Amino acid sequence: MAQIRIENLCKEFGSFTAVESSTFTIEDGEFFMLLGPSGCGKTTTLRMMAGLELPTSGEIYIDSEEVGMKRASERDIAFVFQMFALYPHMNVGKNMSYPLISQGMSRKQAKEKVLEVARILGIEDILNKPIGGLSGGDRQRVALGRAIVREPKAFFMDEPLGALDAEFREHMAEELRALHDRMGATTVYVTHDQLEAMQMGDKIVVMNHGVVEQFGVPQEIYDWPATRFVAQFIGSPSMSFLNFEATINKGDSVFDLGEYEVKIPKMLEEATGKLSLGVRPEHIHFSDRSAYRGETIAVEYLGTTQIVTIRTPHGVIKARASSDTPIASGENVGLEFDARTLSIFHEETGRALQSEANAGVLNRV
Amino acid sequence: MSFSVTEPSNRQKWISGALVIGYAIITLLPLFWIVATGFKSSPDSIAYPPKVIFEPTVEGYVNLFTTQTRLSQDAISEPRKNLSWYEQLVREKGNTIVGPSRFSERFFNSVIIGFGSTFFAILLGTISAYAFSRFRIPLKDDLLFFILSTRMMPPIAVAIPIFLMFRHLGLNDTHAGMILLYTAVNLSLAVWLINGFIDEIPIEYEEAALIDGYTRFQAFYKVVLPQAATGIASTAIFCLIFAWNEYAFAVLLTSGTAQTAPPFIPTIIGVAGQDWPAVAAGATLFLLPVMIFTIILRKHLLRGITFGAVRK
Repeated sequence: MAQIRIENLCKEFGSFTAVESSTFTIEDGEFFMLLGPSGCGKTTTLRMMAGLELPTSGEIYIDSEEVGMKRASERDIAFVFQMFALYPHMNVGKNMSYPLISQGMSRKQAKEKVLEVARILGIEDILNKPIGGLSGGDRQRVALGRAIVREPKAFFMDEPLGALDAEFREHMAEELRALHDRMGATTVYVTHDQLEAMQMGDKIVVMNHGVVEQFGVPQEIYDWPATRFVAQFIGSPSMSFLNFEATINKGDSVFDLGEYEVKIPKMLEEATGKLSLGVRPEHIHFSDRSAYRGETIAVEYLGTTQIVTIRTPHGVIKARASSDTPIASGENVGLEFDARTLSIFHEETGRALQSEANAGVLNRV
Repeated sequence: MSFSVTEPSNRQKWISGALVIGYAIITLLPLFWIVATGFKSSPDSIAYPPKVIFEPTVEGYVNLFTTQTRLSQDAISEPRKNLSWYEQLVREKGNTIVGPSRFSERFFNSVIIGFGSTFFAILLGTISAYAFSRFRIPLKDDLLFFILSTRMMPPIAVAIPIFLMFRHLGLNDTHAGMILLYTAVNLSLAVWLINGFIDEIPIEYEEAALIDGYTRFQAFYKVVLPQAATGIASTAIFCLIFAWNEYAFAVLLTSGTAQTAPPFIPTIIGVAGQDWPAVAAGATLFLLPVMIFTIILRKHLLRGITFGAVRK
């Protein structure tokens, strides 16, 4: 069990910068998600933490020991690969005992240990089977078992559920999370799936183009995105934006969106020029009394809720409404926004303006 | 009546079966003839019309392994006792054995040079292929192309320079020289083929091994090699077949101590007249090692050819 600290970590491949000066801390026992679109540097970051890639600059601390230039085998960590990377020429039991024997444990001891872990994962009856005939889920369990037997300081997982089909992925995600809760080992998990990150993570780091965009617990990131990128990447459907040009002063709690007055959290920053108002779909309400109006252009039925696409004078937005609300496409509707949860973004930098509501979250980064 | 796209109809099966059998007859007939001739007597071997049914004899094999000389009339009439069966056989033809022939020596040369050069080509080829596949090497593609380019001319085109070099270095007619030469010719093939096989092995396996506590070399040895075994085995067969059958360089560069079987077998013809059964016997024995080696590795060979064709 260990705390992991990343400081100013950089990685360049030739002239391409994969990771740009990342800094964050993973507390002992945390289930930590590295989230971002493909090519954002999340896997490279994980591989540097594991020792499969050497950092160009910066430090990696595992239990306050600097390990940036150490060999993977000297870091006492376990890695679960997306394609599982189980040795195909060995059976399940051998795959699991392999890391123990390579560390010099006797065969008898290793066997006992493997059996113990196999029992936890419910795979003791397939220990003698070859890898080739296993289902995706069993392979996943064996890969986990191979990581667990060593009792490492931390688990690193690179999209371990990416190779499973959707239905099974959900099941494995629950199993993984339950396993983590039981063992309490520090786990770093790379994924591009924001739902997976929200569902499983204690904390999330959102990366884009090699830069850490935001770092925090799932709810903070969902409610108070630090950048437009995070706002768009997290949530399904993602946050909608109303684009406008205005001047916002310190202390404002209202601004003019066209002729309509929008209440917002009290601003702690001033800004002028092109801005956008970010609003989550569930924070848009239909109200005939409202002066701000739009035309519905599409309705998607999702069971308990429906997603309504609305054309407004400031851009197309999506709202989530209860399925009971009768809405048809082509209607003129009045809209109200939940004042507490609104964020305003700089169009140019993509950064969220600080308000009384989000200052606590944004300043922590 | 139903049709299937994937399952061939009975007629298709018959036609393809007949084609395979026809092809097998065409390729196996000469082979059968060589094996049969090895067991014929000398007159039977050149009989016209050719004899398919004949009385088998091992005369050819005895002639192949022995050096004989003609007995005088007196010596033939003089009775001898305690003759072994092969001495008896030779004596019936009016000859006597004066010693072993050089065939077993030449055959052994072939074994040493063929397997030796295959071993080195595979060893060096595997190591270089691993490096090409896994490390960032400057000018990697150019280097690989350069290695391939050594195959772009027939090796015999450089026979004269090699002959002169070998003479200068004292490598003419030595085992080391021939092993060196065949290794050099086979190496480009080995690097290219094995490189393809190692490329197919996901790098995660080695990374998993590195994290599990192995060094780079151990990961290569314990994880990559077992998985590349199929490809390495099929490459080994190709290398051995080339080295084993090579004739032109062997004629040019060997004459005595290091002479391999291919240039030796034709010389059997001249030893005691046109002894076709002996030549056929030599050819039959010469075929065996590669055949056995290929049969042992045939499972790998088939898998090796289709390796990587289907994504798992």
